[in-house]
Amino acid sequence: MLDSPKSSKSSALSAKDSVKKLKIKEETKAKGSAKGKRKQLGKKDEEVDISMASMGHPEIFPLVFTGKTQEILNCRINEDITEEKPYKLLKKEDIIQDMKTRAAVSDFHPVKKIVLEYPGEELLIVLDSEFKYGQNFYLVATEEAKESFLNPPEAEEEEADTKEGTTEEYVYKPPVRKPWVSLGSEKEIEEESVNESLRKIKYMISRVRREFGSKVKFTDRNASSVKDGYIECTSYQDKNFIIKKLEKDVGAQVIPKVKEMSTQTKWTYPRNAATQYFPREFSDEEKELCLSSEDLKEFIISVFLRVEIALQQNEIMNAFFDDWKALAEDESTFGGKSDAYLKEYQSFTDLHYLKHRTVSCVCWHPTIYGIIAVSVTERLSYEERIAQSGKLLLRKSPILFWSFSDPIHPQLMLECPEDVYCFEFCPSDPNIIAGGCMNGQVVLWDISEYEEKLQNAKTGAGGSKNTAVNMPTFIQAQQSGKEPHFVRYCAVSSIEYGHKTVITDIHWLPDYFEVNRMGIAFENRIGVCVQLITCSPDCSILFWDLRAPKPTIQSSFEKAKEEKAIEAPPDVPTTFKHLDLSWRPLIKANLSKSDTSGDYSPTKISLAEEHFHYRMQDKMQYQIKPEIFGDENPYKQLRVPSAKALKILENIPTNFFVGTEDGEVIYSDWKMERESDSGRLISQKPANKYTIHDGVVRTIQRSPFFKDIILSVGGWNFAIWKEGVTSGPILQSCCSSKRYTVGHWSLSRAGVFFIGREDGNIDIWDLLEKTHEPSQTQNISISMITCIKPWIVSSKQHFLAISDNFGTLHILEISWTLSHPSSNERASVDHYFEREVKHLDYFEKRQEFRAKERRELELETQRKKTRVAGGQKSREQMEEQLNINYADFLDEEKKILTGLGLLKATDRFA
Amino acid sequence: MAEVEETLKRIQSQKGVQGVIVVNSEGIPIKSMVDNSTTVQYAGLMHSFIMKAKSTVRDIDPQNDLTFLRICSKKNEIMIAPDKDYFLIVIQNLTE
Repeated sequence: MLDSPKSSKSSALSAKDSVKKLKIKEETKAKGSAKGKRKQLGKKDEEVDISMASMGHPEIFPLVFTGKTQEILNCRINEDITEEKPYKLLKKEDIIQDMKTRAAVSDFHPVKKIVLEYPGEELLIVLDSEFKYGQNFYLVATEEAKESFLNPPEAEEEEADTKEGTTEEYVYKPPVRKPWVSLGSEKEIEEESVNESLRKIKYMISRVRREFGSKVKFTDRNASSVKDGYIECTSYQDKNFIIKKLEKDVGAQVIPKVKEMSTQTKWTYPRNAATQYFPREFSDEEKELCLSSEDLKEFIISVFLRVEIALQQNEIMNAFFDDWKALAEDESTFGGKSDAYLKEYQSFTDLHYLKHRTVSCVCWHPTIYGIIAVSVTERLSYEERIAQSGKLLLRKSPILFWSFSDPIHPQLMLECPEDVYCFEFCPSDPNIIAGGCMNGQVVLWDISEYEEKLQNAKTGAGGSKNTAVNMPTFIQAQQSGKEPHFVRYCAVSSIEYGHKTVITDIHWLPDYFEVNRMGIAFENRIGVCVQLITCSPDCSILFWDLRAPKPTIQSSFEKAKEEKAIEAPPDVPTTFKHLDLSWRPLIKANLSKSDTSGDYSPTKISLAEEHFHYRMQDKMQYQIKPEIFGDENPYKQLRVPSAKALKILENIPTNFFVGTEDGEVIYSDWKMERESDSGRLISQKPANKYTIHDGVVRTIQRSPFFKDIILSVGGWNFAIWKEGVTSGPILQSCCSSKRYTVGHWSLSRAGVFFIGREDGNIDIWDLLEKTHEPSQTQNISISMITCIKPWIVSSKQHFLAISDNFGTLHILEISWTLSHPSSNERASVDHYFEREVKHLDYFEKRQEFRAKERRELELETQRKKTRVAGGQKSREQMEEQLNINYADFLDEEKKILTGLGLLKATDRFA
Repeated sequence: MAEVEETLKRIQSQKGVQGVIVVNSEGIPIKSMVDNSTTVQYAGLMHSFIMKAKSTVRDIDPQNDLTFLRICSKKNEIMIAPDKDYFLIVIQNLTE
């Protein structure tokens, strides 16, 4: 209200005072002057305080100014001090002067002390016309009050005026300042207030000075060793999260997923680009210039030493040779002797076709896996054959094809005109088979139509389309394997011009050369095998050519014969129709004995250049060949090319080894000579002949590893020959207890070969292990072994096909040690043969030497005898001499033995 | 000239040596004991190889330098003797 403007005063105290001054001013009106007087009186006694302190104004000192004082101080009422200006500033000096002059009479006496103490120069005297403070004047004791009084006197006046106006309407009672009466709130405040009840204890913790800045030492401490060494925050079930929200209101909105993307690609397209360059080279002059420069010379000289050292280092030792690996391989050969065995894989027999029959020859199919062909013949001796010749005409022995997938039913059957003793697949085309018969005919078959069937024989069910899928398997098997297909032969040779007795061996000539009528080898342009060689105990070796003879050679007689030729049955392939029944050999070579008259009767033949189509390396080459044929089988279009176009091959050896019926091994040449007088072509006489075997030579075979090593088996022993060594075999075995019937080299190991025996055993010989006896003997069957043929299917599977006299074909698997050569086996075997050759040489030389020695010795003794006095001694005398010598010898012997302590005096040798 | 020839012949006569080629610092063959196509091929291929080997050795230690280079392969060994201006390449068959 009225107080508010005053509250903005600078000094709070003065503001308050001025406010209070106003209040006091208003109030003292009612209270009157009695209070003031009383106070003054009281103050006189006190002499200290006459201020209005009790009223809240300690600086107001009410004073009575008499008229005289008023005149002295020039503050006469209504003259100097009026209502409008109720104050006057009096100088302190004047007041002091007055006090001095009038002493106790002075009106200022009660405030003497205050005046003297007053700091300022001028004191304020205020007219108190209403006697607010009890007197007509009052003195303001403080400067601040003085200032405040002086400053807002106008407001005071105004307010006083206004105050007077309003009080008529509303009696405003401003709150009266009362002394504070405690109503008990102090207790609450005390309770609420935070007081320190305890006296704070002060601690000062400090470290020892010397530890300041020292290194920190850390030690480990087990957390559980000390109580409370670790603080655990164990998990607990927080109750806040027990409540599960089972229902939740969720809103979903489907919006289509929109994605925009773009790329900018640069299309690069391939473009052909080519660069051509040639190396920088010096011209010859420049080269010359360089070569003659000094720089080059110096360079070469300086560099030469280093190069020489390096070159020689390599010569001395191969630094990169892995000794460890080489060592390991060698070890394996001496290890498992027990591992070298033949495991029975499968055996084939047929009751229908093989009754009373024996297997004469076995051949593996060169290309198709698991197919093996077997030729069977009647198991009869010669006399029996003649006796039963009538019956035999009806019972024809076939060639059977077995497949691994079906051990009971043969896959294919080839018809034979007579019993086939030997046969061979053509190396260039495995669908052509040539066989030699009992009666001396050569037979040809063409099984091209059945090739697919043989290939599908693996699956077992064959390629028959009639079988329904849901048929039970045994019926299927029956249907498919019911009857093997019967294939007729394509062609047979003419009977007059062929062999006279059984053909015991047949070979295909390799496909890179062919032979003409003179026996000279020519280049074979066709690339397939076209010629055969057969031998028979009728003392001849015949060369046959598959191609049709030139029309000009044919005589009219033969032409007529052709017309009469019987039409071949429709299911016979016409590949060799031109040969059928009119096939003549190309060359007929005789093996005449050199010292006596008569000829050798060959049983087996071994050519120098054989097409080893069962050799592993060649097999790879070979398998590619059939594809070159394309659609046209060259066998269907064989023509004899003109002789001039072909090139003579000089380096083909035309020598061959022959084994005869009498156990001889003959080395001869097939080139024909012209006899001087008659102009006929006759064959050369054999170069060498050896009688080694005691029986028929059953096998003559070249080693697949060494072209000049030949194995011959016959009678009770076998021999190994080296072509070129004419003194004899380099190895000859001792006679065995049982007859040897067949032999074959191993295809994978150079020093191993298999020999079949009469009693059904197989002897496995390993030349690197033992040469005096077989390294292993294994019994295969109860009857005589008739044929052995090994075959390599893969590096892990090596098979041995063995046939016996009862017609059973056993397929055996050759174990690892037997089939895998050691690292340097070939070289070792080679060395062995060389050693043997040297040994043979040495032996011969020693023989000569011995013979010479013996002759010399004889001469010596002769000379000695003639020198003896008395001329020749008679026979009796010589005998006597001998007896005396012998008796002397016995005495000496006795003496020596007794001397040695070996003979007791009483003992006597017989 | 004759000395050069003689020395090269001596190298050639060592056991197993298949060929000797002298190449200048740019890789152009100067003298060779093998046929032209082989020479050119070897010279071209070896040149970059020698440079690489040389720079490698010098990178590792600048005071070092390549004295001899031997490449051993399964069938033969190629030996290279480098110099400031020329290289000598010798091909030798490893003894069995």
